Amino acid sequence: MFTEPLLSGITLGGIYALIAMGLTLQYGVARIMNLSYGESLVAACFAALWLFTAVSVNPLLGLLVIVPLAAIINWLVYQVLLMPLVKRAPSRDALEVDSILATFGLLFIALGVMLPIFGGNYFSYSFLAIPVKIFGATVSASRLLALGFAVVIGVALYLGLTRTRAGTAIRAVAVDPVSALLVAINVRATAAFAYALGGALVAAGGVLVSMFLTFNASLGVVFTMKALIVVIMGGVGNLMGCLVAGMILGLTETFVATYIDPGLTLAATYIIFIAVLLLRPQGLFGARRS
Amino acid sequence: MSVRNLAILAALAAGVVLLAFVPSVTNGYQLSLAINIMSYTVLATAWTLFSGPTRYVSLATVAFFGIGAYTVAVLGEELAWPLVLLIAFVIGFGLSLLVGLSTLRLSGVYFVIFTFGLAELVRQLVTWYEVNVTRTLGRYVFVDITTAQIYWQLLALAVIVLLSGWLIQRSKLGLALRVIGDDEAVARHVGINTTMAKVVLFAFSASFMTLAGAIMAPRWTYIDPAIAFNPVVSFQVLIMALLGGVHRLYGPIFGVIPLVMLFEILLAKFPNHFSILVGIAFLLIVYAIPRGIVGLIEGAQLSLSRKGAKA
Amino acid sequence: MLSAQNAAPKTIKVGYAISKTGPNAGGANITQIPNYQLWVQEVNAKGGLMIKQYGKRIPIEVIEYDDRSNSEEAVRAVERLIEQDKVDLLLPPWGTGINLAVGPTFNKHNYPQITFSAVTDRAPELAKRWPNSFWFLGTSKQYVDALVELLVKLRKEGKINDLIAMVSVADGFGTDLSKAARAGFEKAGFKRVFDKSYPVGTQDMAPIVGEAERSKADTFIAFSYPPDTVAIVDQARLTSYAPKVMFTGVGTFFPLFPQRFGDNAEGVVSLGGWSKDNKATMEYREKIRKLVNRDPDYWGSQIGYSALQMLEQSIERVGKLDRAAIIKELQTGTFDTVIGKIKLENNMPKDAFWLLGQWQDGLYVGVAPQRPGVADLRVPKAPWKK
Repeated sequence: MFTEPLLSGITLGGIYALIAMGLTLQYGVARIMNLSYGESLVAACFAALWLFTAVSVNPLLGLLVIVPLAAIINWLVYQVLLMPLVKRAPSRDALEVDSILATFGLLFIALGVMLPIFGGNYFSYSFLAIPVKIFGATVSASRLLALGFAVVIGVALYLGLTRTRAGTAIRAVAVDPVSALLVAINVRATAAFAYALGGALVAAGGVLVSMFLTFNASLGVVFTMKALIVVIMGGVGNLMGCLVAGMILGLTETFVATYIDPGLTLAATYIIFIAVLLLRPQGLFGARRS
Repeated sequence: MSVRNLAILAALAAGVVLLAFVPSVTNGYQLSLAINIMSYTVLATAWTLFSGPTRYVSLATVAFFGIGAYTVAVLGEELAWPLVLLIAFVIGFGLSLLVGLSTLRLSGVYFVIFTFGLAELVRQLVTWYEVNVTRTLGRYVFVDITTAQIYWQLLALAVIVLLSGWLIQRSKLGLALRVIGDDEAVARHVGINTTMAKVVLFAFSASFMTLAGAIMAPRWTYIDPAIAFNPVVSFQVLIMALLGGVHRLYGPIFGVIPLVMLFEILLAKFPNHFSILVGIAFLLIVYAIPRGIVGLIEGAQLSLSRKGAKA
Repeated sequence: MLSAQNAAPKTIKVGYAISKTGPNAGGANITQIPNYQLWVQEVNAKGGLMIKQYGKRIPIEVIEYDDRSNSEEAVRAVERLIEQDKVDLLLPPWGTGINLAVGPTFNKHNYPQITFSAVTDRAPELAKRWPNSFWFLGTSKQYVDALVELLVKLRKEGKINDLIAMVSVADGFGTDLSKAARAGFEKAGFKRVFDKSYPVGTQDMAPIVGEAERSKADTFIAFSYPPDTVAIVDQARLTSYAPKVMFTGVGTFFPLFPQRFGDNAEGVVSLGGWSKDNKATMEYREKIRKLVNRDPDYWGSQIGYSALQMLEQSIERVGKLDRAAIIKELQTGTFDTVIGKIKLENNMPKDAFWLLGQWQDGLYVGVAPQRPGVADLRVPKAPWKK
């Protein structure tokens, strides 16, 4: 009885972490508060759906196509559209405001491309919807796979960021771009790389969740908000924080749904989120901003 | 009061009187357009009242707007209209004091996301209450208030917001806020009670938003949490204020009017390509008008006067 | 002077504001917009609406706006259609909330409002308040009454126990239906052993389906929306939870459902229903298939198209664009539609369509109320295939 909510909470948490990881890089390192984030995720869902239904390429192979493509597109978006804003911004706060406006525009453009093609219709396909029994609780293989990806990507990137030179450069840019410049780090190239990497992660997340979620073109904003909450709660730019915050939210939702009332799941997540912000404004794993 | 100030005041008063005649010279559609402009003017100006000087970006606009609308949905048919508005104001003020006091530690983007979370939390709690306690989600608002009356109330509220903003700027509180906006640490060092200043201003800004929601509610006949707490409103207010320029209290008006008109034209002429055109328009705004329209105008004035000085 | 009066307009302007973007776009796109397109296409193929006053057919010109799923935008768009574009007729927007929001405007200018995507228990009261408004889908009570009647019969036959597990989406639709259901079940002596709501957008159904399964109820009812409907059925299949009666909400009767679940759709019950023996209904499906390359939904689509046909017939019978007379004709006339003969009673159709349907052999057939062509409810639901 107890293992069931635990297991489904952990898988749900893994999914939340997965869809938030890209944003933590884009926002934490590249300093772009990307409001069109969810639309990228939905676009990846559609890409996976199309590959699966029209060309019968399974979503896992689809990852090999969609993820690099997303990285390239995001890198281009950063270089062409966002670089002018980065160059002219006098301060980090100014860039934040500009990026909110610009990515809000991107959000509408992405919607404007997807809506005429897919309309507002819901889409859903079935892949790896096989029951897997763990400690007497049942969960679908596709959700388990998403959880696995979240953990692997999260831990790998966390180690990459903390244990390698390139990772250290990225973290330096995240913490203090001005000082990073002083120690000969190419801040703009690093930020562009982080933005593209974030774009690749969100595409991977989109492909994986498309295997079990029902989606339509208008669903992007839901993902953006979920991801923002996870990112802020975990500490901006911190992948470990992302994973932990995702888990906390996932477990909260399933335990509240099981033991209190499914109607209060979202209220409970917002209460936890607000409580974390009030007690630890920099997020669970965030470093205090000077 | 200087002669110049008096002249400005007289011109503004004349403008308000003229605006009051809008309902008698427009058809229903034009009046709704005027209402739309007026309600966003109130919201964006109230937003700027707090966020302009403090530079705290709030996404809680719709939380207060929605609470105002719900006050009307609950009490609209029971009590006299002025009393309903008063209650809405009091609820908005009380709640925003509470929120203000609990969010003092937050700054920057944490405040942004917190306020967004707040709006969603309020929406979830109202939904849960309606579903589990009253057992009906939508509420019907059959109140005898005409469209013209809604317009006049919004106009009056807009005047009140602008006036109180002007008074605050001239007061000690206004000075304190400008110092906070420049550097909060400095403000504390020179002995400003930063907490008090921010909270009071936030409460005023929020209660104006609550009033706007209460005034608008009779427009829709039917209210449910998705309608009252539509997050698009918060974003639209933010964008309008930023486009107009938030370093002047009247700045948002210059953002509200063009954006409402732009949306209107795009929706009418290109209902199937609305999204993509709005997106392109936004990008153009960001790249071409970085300091808001007021910034653009002031910049042009500055370069003109420089040219004049040279010649 | 006389010739000016008799001069026929070049076109009849028909306007509508509907959610092309935002959360309502999904529903509008499946139930409403294809109907509008098909109707205009069919009428114009005939040369337009036959207006006796001018002695000829006049083609329809469409003016459409996007209400962005927002009540305020919808009100303004409708006002614009009436006052700026001076449309001759208005078609309704999508959804309960937005139809109520534009109700006063339709009423003020006396345009017929043939709403077919709103379920509200206040429909009779609204029809009195706004006599120009028509509520084709009726009240939630009528659907629930049909459901209770079916369950009572099954219980009497000993096919199900008297326990019911029920969940609903925390939205106007789910709340209205679950409220009516609570009253209905209590009266019929059923015990609700599980009865909860969940927020819109929930797609993780493991806790809910788990609780329902543990409740030992033979009947599982979900008043859900498309994404949650899919998630619930998927979760039930995954954990092999097989209640004897499985009722799920909006989405069950969408083309998406059989595509997603194939044979596992068999036996699932929901709102609406389809007459496989009615030639006109089947022809309608073919036309929609040809137009938008997918099936209509099996609840509101057919009713919506019928409402449009009724509007068309009213206009042609009246013979001029006199909206008061058209409203009168809609209220009192009898009409031939793709779902059969319809006559309204208090601005709502009576016994004109299926209230409940069930997936049987790949078709979503009507199982209630008892009317010609009704299929027997298959209980228990077919076991899940992996």
